Amino acid sequence: MSTVAAQNRGFGAVLWDYLTTVDHKKIAHLYLFGGGFFFLLGGLEAMAIRIQLIQPENDFVSAGFYNELLTMHGTTMIFLAAMPLILGLMNAVVPLQIGARDVAFPFLNSLGFWLFMFGGLLLNCSWFLGGAPDAGWTGYVPLSVTSPGHGVDFYVVGLQIAGAGTLIGGINFLATIVTMRAPGMTYMRMPLFAWTTFITSVLILFAFPALTVGLFLLMFDRMFGSAFFDVGLGGNAIIWQHLFWIFGHPEVYILILPLFGVFSEVIATFSKKRLFGYTAMVFATMLIAFLGFMVWAHHMFTVGLGPVANSIFAIATMAIAVPTGIKIFNWLATMWGGQITINSAMLWALGFIPTFTIGGMTGVMVASVVADYQYHDTYFVVAHFHYVIVGGTVFGIFAGLHYWWPKMFGRILNEAMGKLTFWTFFIGFHLTFFIQHFLGLMGMPRRYWVYLENQGLDLGNQISTVGAFFMAVGVIVFLINIVYTAVKGEKVVDDPWDGRTLEWVTASPPAHYNFKQTPLIRGLDALWIEKTEGKGRPTPAEPLGDIHMPNSSFLPFMMSFGLFIAGFGFIYQVNHNWAYILLFGGMAIMLGCMLIRSLKDDHGYHIPKDELESEAD
Amino acid sequence: MSHDHSITPESMPNEPEKATQEGKNKFIGFWFFLGGETVLFASLFGTYIALRNSTADGPTADELFGLELVFIMTILLLTSSLTSVYAMYHMKNNNFKKMQLWLGITAILGLSFLGSEIYEFTHYITGYDFTFRSSAFGSAFYTLVGFHGGHVTFGMAWLIGLMIRNAKRGLNLYNAPKFYVFSLYWHFIDVIWVFIFTVVYLMGKVG
Amino acid sequence: MADNSNSNDNDVNSFQKQKNKEEMQKQLITFALMILFTIIAFVVVATGVMDGMFVIPVILILAIVQVAFQLYYFMHMKDAGHGMPAVMMYGGVWAAVLALAALGVITWW
Repeated sequence: MSTVAAQNRGFGAVLWDYLTTVDHKKIAHLYLFGGGFFFLLGGLEAMAIRIQLIQPENDFVSAGFYNELLTMHGTTMIFLAAMPLILGLMNAVVPLQIGARDVAFPFLNSLGFWLFMFGGLLLNCSWFLGGAPDAGWTGYVPLSVTSPGHGVDFYVVGLQIAGAGTLIGGINFLATIVTMRAPGMTYMRMPLFAWTTFITSVLILFAFPALTVGLFLLMFDRMFGSAFFDVGLGGNAIIWQHLFWIFGHPEVYILILPLFGVFSEVIATFSKKRLFGYTAMVFATMLIAFLGFMVWAHHMFTVGLGPVANSIFAIATMAIAVPTGIKIFNWLATMWGGQITINSAMLWALGFIPTFTIGGMTGVMVASVVADYQYHDTYFVVAHFHYVIVGGTVFGIFAGLHYWWPKMFGRILNEAMGKLTFWTFFIGFHLTFFIQHFLGLMGMPRRYWVYLENQGLDLGNQISTVGAFFMAVGVIVFLINIVYTAVKGEKVVDDPWDGRTLEWVTASPPAHYNFKQTPLIRGLDALWIEKTEGKGRPTPAEPLGDIHMPNSSFLPFMMSFGLFIAGFGFIYQVNHNWAYILLFGGMAIMLGCMLIRSLKDDHGYHIPKDELESEAD
Repeated sequence: MSHDHSITPESMPNEPEKATQEGKNKFIGFWFFLGGETVLFASLFGTYIALRNSTADGPTADELFGLELVFIMTILLLTSSLTSVYAMYHMKNNNFKKMQLWLGITAILGLSFLGSEIYEFTHYITGYDFTFRSSAFGSAFYTLVGFHGGHVTFGMAWLIGLMIRNAKRGLNLYNAPKFYVFSLYWHFIDVIWVFIFTVVYLMGKVG
Repeated sequence: MADNSNSNDNDVNSFQKQKNKEEMQKQLITFALMILFTIIAFVVVATGVMDGMFVIPVILILAIVQVAFQLYYFMHMKDAGHGMPAVMMYGGVWAAVLALAALGVITWW
């Protein structure tokens, strides 16, 4: 199973291995590849948007195409780039951090990935089949119900499939963290990334069903003639907004909380200090998640819910600043007096703190109802959420990738290029989005494809577009870095950063069974305790014995593929009868695979003890 | 370390559904899934409550619903919940044949429920011309009750599949969690129905 | 795999069997109460003995009690080892209440 052996196998064998794998570390690779691909796609869409806005009344793209671009940019970045990249990091690290050999549901884990991948592909097929969705990533009705063509149909079905995958992934991590922790790994000894993964999964579990229902209602209205949003038959458009934001606001915290975990790991490791206020960090995370569920209506201040409802939601929203502030101060206090190493991973963490704080500050500004009537649907809001989502999520993903790359791939990313990536991206980011606060305050509305000249918007937009190019350069340097590292990079030791948590005790990359013997955990920062008070490695909790592992399976791929086919059937049955063949055929493939999975016993296999003994430690 | 899943009289654990790591995972994971399902159905209930008076001059809830059939359906589903409890009781006593018997009764009750629901829907469509498309109320009604009915249908397929697959080989630690998880699912469907008959039918009658 | 269909009732130790039996009796009582609550709810609505304002809270409370019986007795949430399931169910109920409040109340507020 070593990398050398993998290189000696043919391309077909490697491909088959990845198509059928149930190993969480390989699924992490798949998530990184899939999420990375969609991140580049979403980035291209963003560049097109910025080029269109570089000068007044530009005609780089048409109005309709601009709508498609902005819809797909938002949808892609949130559902198909940020979430899978986060799930990739979770898959790569969380089982290692809690001392588990595997996740609770390896088969479902693989199914979750393939559902996301095929959902994302289905959504993007729309580009070639008559136009992408164009009703905004929020898909507000009645616009999304009346939008002509099949664009929004692809949005509905694609997100439904990808969302099911995310829900499965969330349940998998919940069960893994509850049942698979190593002996001695109590909840309050878990690394913060494991904690934030757990709480994020809770949010996924409770938020995604609301989206599922919302998408079903939209799907029924568009494809089967129901009347949920048809005012003529008694429908109500506000239902969609509520359902979407009951999902949508927790989604924001799904996007940011795992990265709070990443920053906590990175900052503690590179400050050579235990995380300051660990307990407070855990409870602040819970509090953010709890409050995050009760603030959805702040996206709907201008709908006209009434002053009482608006006030309640405004206050709840502002309250979230408190636990978030606790976190910011804890990170600062972790660094205080620490032995700080500044490398690429740490740079992303350092860049995150001021950037995210600005985003949080504008968040409190837009939370104020009276002021929000001014900010609503302007570039001020665009600037705000890019400061939190890019400044938090994207910076965090970059930090996590630089930090865990050696663990995932056995090679360390090039430092010089890593720093170049950070600085170009960081400067480019602030160039792009800081000025947008002011464009918004001057009244530039979001989602408009042109603006008029001599209204004070020309220079700001120009600066913004220049910044976007800097960010693109940063991403390209990062891609070059990946290729360079894969070709030229040196094999790395197991613990290159002098880490504190359990993943650094495994090989780089870890054996497919993770731990030969399950480790015994003696406290928070399990590895650091052993380094300072023990033998440098955790004591095994069990004698060396056979290891039970799950079998690979091609079924998750086929099930997702079946849904992918059925998705086209659902979309086209509206105006083509042949589409029923796709619909029923696809469903038959999926249900058939489910039946096979149910009827065929799968007990997994055992790695015998003597084989483990003969392998080098 | 033994990985033999078969049960001997001596090795029969108190909770066969949680005796293996896989069983524990299934147990926990499925409960979490039910937590998510709660939100799913709450969203559907919310939609229904928001739209239940939006009849667009079509038939109203009060005109449509008859309580007799709903009462029979309720008793059918409640009883099937009890029979699946009996099945789990016999599973814990390692009595496979009686477990299969009670599961069989559960299946019959579940199928009768489904039959009644299909009859009810056709009655509304043919008798009152009340369809999925006739009003927002119609859409919400058929979606909420239909989602529940879909869950019942899936549960029936699941149960019958489980019973046939394991008919010859009896109870072991590999399939005990599967039976147990099914029983959880079945109770949850009953939980949803309790709210459906209360919120949709009874409150529809009260107005 | 050997044939394990033990229909012999002496397999499980008698203590555990006794416990299972007591549990079963409790569940039977639960079931009787659930049927009773259902009948009350239907009778109240069908006969119209109560004022409309009172009926809805009464039948909702009956439903909630019934569901609690299902969860705690039929689904064993009262037993040991159900801490995490209970946490997740209550989390789900919390999110459910918010969704219901949003669509049932705020939409028309």
